[in-house]
Amino acid sequence: MVTVTLKPTKVPELMLEGYSITPDAFAGKKAPEIAALPAHEGKVHVTLGDYFTVTGEAGATASETDIVIAGDCSRVKYIGSKMTAGTVTVNGNADMYVGGWMKGGKIHIKGNMDSFCGIQMEGGELLCDGNAGNHVGCAYRGDWRGMKGGTIRIKGNAGNDIGTFMLGGTIIIEKNAFIHVSTHAEGGTVIIKGDVEGRVGGQMVKGDMYVLGKIMYMMPGYKKIDTVEKEVDGVKAIFDHYIGDLGERHGKVKGQIVYANLYLKAAA
Amino acid sequence: MAEIIVKGGFVIDPTRKIDGDVGDIAIKDGRIVDKVSSSAKVIDAKGKVVMAGGVDVHSHVAGPKVNVGRLFRPEDKLLSGFCRSGMAQKNGYRMESGFSIPSTFKTGYDYARMGYGFVMEAAMPPIHSPHVHEEIHDTPIIDEAALPVFGNNWFVMDYLKKGEVENTGSYIAWLLKATKGYGVKVVNPGGTAAWGWGLNCVSLDDPVPYFEITPREIIRGLLEANEYLGLPHSMHVHQNDLGNPGNYKGTIDSLKISESVKPKNKFGREQVIHSTHLQFHSYGGTGWGDFESKAKEVMDYVNRNKAITVDTGNVTLDETTTMTADGPFEHHLQGLNHLKWCNVDVEMETAAGVVPYVYDPNIKVCDIQWAIGLELALYAKDMNRIFITTDHPNAGPFTRYPRVMKWLMSRKAREAVLGSFKHKDKVIAATTLHQIDRELTLFEIAQMTRAGPAQCLGLGSTYGGLAPGMSADVAVFDLNYKNMPSDPDMIEKAFQRAACFIKSGEVVVIDGEVVSNGHKKTVWVNVNMPENPQVMRDITQSFTKDYTVQLENYSVKDYLAPHPFVINVDVEA
Repeated sequence: MVTVTLKPTKVPELMLEGYSITPDAFAGKKAPEIAALPAHEGKVHVTLGDYFTVTGEAGATASETDIVIAGDCSRVKYIGSKMTAGTVTVNGNADMYVGGWMKGGKIHIKGNMDSFCGIQMEGGELLCDGNAGNHVGCAYRGDWRGMKGGTIRIKGNAGNDIGTFMLGGTIIIEKNAFIHVSTHAEGGTVIIKGDVEGRVGGQMVKGDMYVLGKIMYMMPGYKKIDTVEKEVDGVKAIFDHYIGDLGERHGKVKGQIVYANLYLKAAA
Repeated sequence: MAEIIVKGGFVIDPTRKIDGDVGDIAIKDGRIVDKVSSSAKVIDAKGKVVMAGGVDVHSHVAGPKVNVGRLFRPEDKLLSGFCRSGMAQKNGYRMESGFSIPSTFKTGYDYARMGYGFVMEAAMPPIHSPHVHEEIHDTPIIDEAALPVFGNNWFVMDYLKKGEVENTGSYIAWLLKATKGYGVKVVNPGGTAAWGWGLNCVSLDDPVPYFEITPREIIRGLLEANEYLGLPHSMHVHQNDLGNPGNYKGTIDSLKISESVKPKNKFGREQVIHSTHLQFHSYGGTGWGDFESKAKEVMDYVNRNKAITVDTGNVTLDETTTMTADGPFEHHLQGLNHLKWCNVDVEMETAAGVVPYVYDPNIKVCDIQWAIGLELALYAKDMNRIFITTDHPNAGPFTRYPRVMKWLMSRKAREAVLGSFKHKDKVIAATTLHQIDRELTLFEIAQMTRAGPAQCLGLGSTYGGLAPGMSADVAVFDLNYKNMPSDPDMIEKAFQRAACFIKSGEVVVIDGEVVSNGHKKTVWVNVNMPENPQVMRDITQSFTKDYTVQLENYSVKDYLAPHPFVINVDVEA
């Protein structure tokens, strides 16, 4: 593993579209070549070197490349998007689309992230020490193919539209979430360790949701069928097991209808 | 306007039976001429093929349902087109976006890059015709016309129920003028009206609720009205029961209705019916399990009956967006693929639906559909009566025409696709494509994409050929007629990006790049006939009683079609 460090030198006036900040784009390049990689500020073509000083060099391949951004990226989008291997660490905040469409590797954001992190993600790990905005691990606007694989872990809170159209993979929100969890999902797992305001699993076809806090407003399309004991992300608890969304279509396996599952931690 | 001479190319012009002769094409003031002066700009076409500009007989490129598709499929734009506008703007062009439902600019540019000069918007909802014309005007380079839909129109059904062909004709004439329309389009006759009651008409004799008329009566009546007026284009029909296994019998039965109608027009058109996207109507089997091709059966009938022209509607195995005035069909499709669905009722005129669709090569039915579209063309005997389309964007985007040409011209290319299918053996068993050796020639491709469709639209004296006097739409393709490439992909590449395209006497594409926004025209048909007092009274009454707009606000104002090319038709009382 070879580490290349980017130190922010300038705050972009608009948002910087840092789609080149990935181990795949950096692989095999020396610092000056990395500084010359393209980016956009609005419609203007710029280079990474216009906003960062680059030190060190990348590994021969993406999987041998470790990118460290030593500073704040609150106005840098698309960090680690479409990456297939390697690691990216941001010692600060990041803007939208962190790890969007990523297929592998690991991203660690030490501050907060804005919206659309892990959008249509297919694999790899995305870890955020702070809060995330809206649309965590969701589908692109209009698309019906959401997150397919990999893991997103948010140590803080998240906003709305978590795991929309999700097909696979895992999303863990360690604190609270706002509304719209796993809407339209047909697979995957969402774990919320805090409270959710509501709209959990609307039009959900298949997949699992765990809520360890409270749901303020339940969807009417969910029915409680059981109480079970389960261990989820290292926490053992008694859950009320709901199935739904009863207003949505569902497939069958061996003649049995397969519903989506909501496990809500039972009141003590 | 400057003079141009396209020098030394292999000219292919079926209208004059020229097949690969080396020659020059002279252009002056937007027209093809016999000769030009020595100061003419020279385009060197040596070793390349020269054809007339392409003519697309059926494509959904402008209007409300195309826009609904654009609006509800942002994902179609995500990874396609040149989303960064800086470069395009710098060079004087507009940003392009979208794949199956491209922006108006991309539509015009992509057609021009493929050497197409005329495109027919295949279904215009009459009340939304101002929108259709605004979008047509917004689409650069290509000449366009639009066919208003009549097959579920309340006036038409009321008149035809009483057998009033002349009143139907007068109504059509009024509506063509009001909407600046080109001809008579019929979509799922009666079925779309029945959809207002949650029903459909899947056979020719299913009654339309309330109107007590059948699809058979609507088709026959509109065929007769079309010839009563002597319009340049045949009646253009999308039959009932589209897309369902076993529908080929209904397709042939509906085509048989044309046997009793004679062509009557001054445009040299010998046919009375155009059956569109025939691929969707040539299905055998009783369900998706035993779904099979009936292309041979359908084409055997089409080959015999000279009153018919058809277009293929080739499935291109892409992710695309279906959109049609066949409202019940889109509901049915959404039930199959569970993707998003939009449905619109258009007052007394028609309806529409939009659903995205993925023609997945791993799905047997999609592969059989792909084979059927190619079989239709390969079984055709008269290549002037069958045209290449993808029913854009329903079976695939129009930008795949070069790929369809490749498949039709190369058995090797077809076999490569067939061999790549997961369910190869099942597809071969359900189709006959594997047994067909035929490979179309460049001359036949020019018939299917130039001479034939222009003739079928009654525009044979302007488009589709290279004779002096015709519009100077000239496409040069990097293909050596004498030494065609052994790699079929080179054929696709050559047709995708014309080496040069001259539109109305102006160079608009060089080496596959757009160099000018051109001067487009809107083509429409103006029928001159004595006013029919009864029809005018019915229209006036209906607008006060039923419509959401007033009569004065209904028609397309001239400023919406600022570059008209009007074709006048005189009907004597």
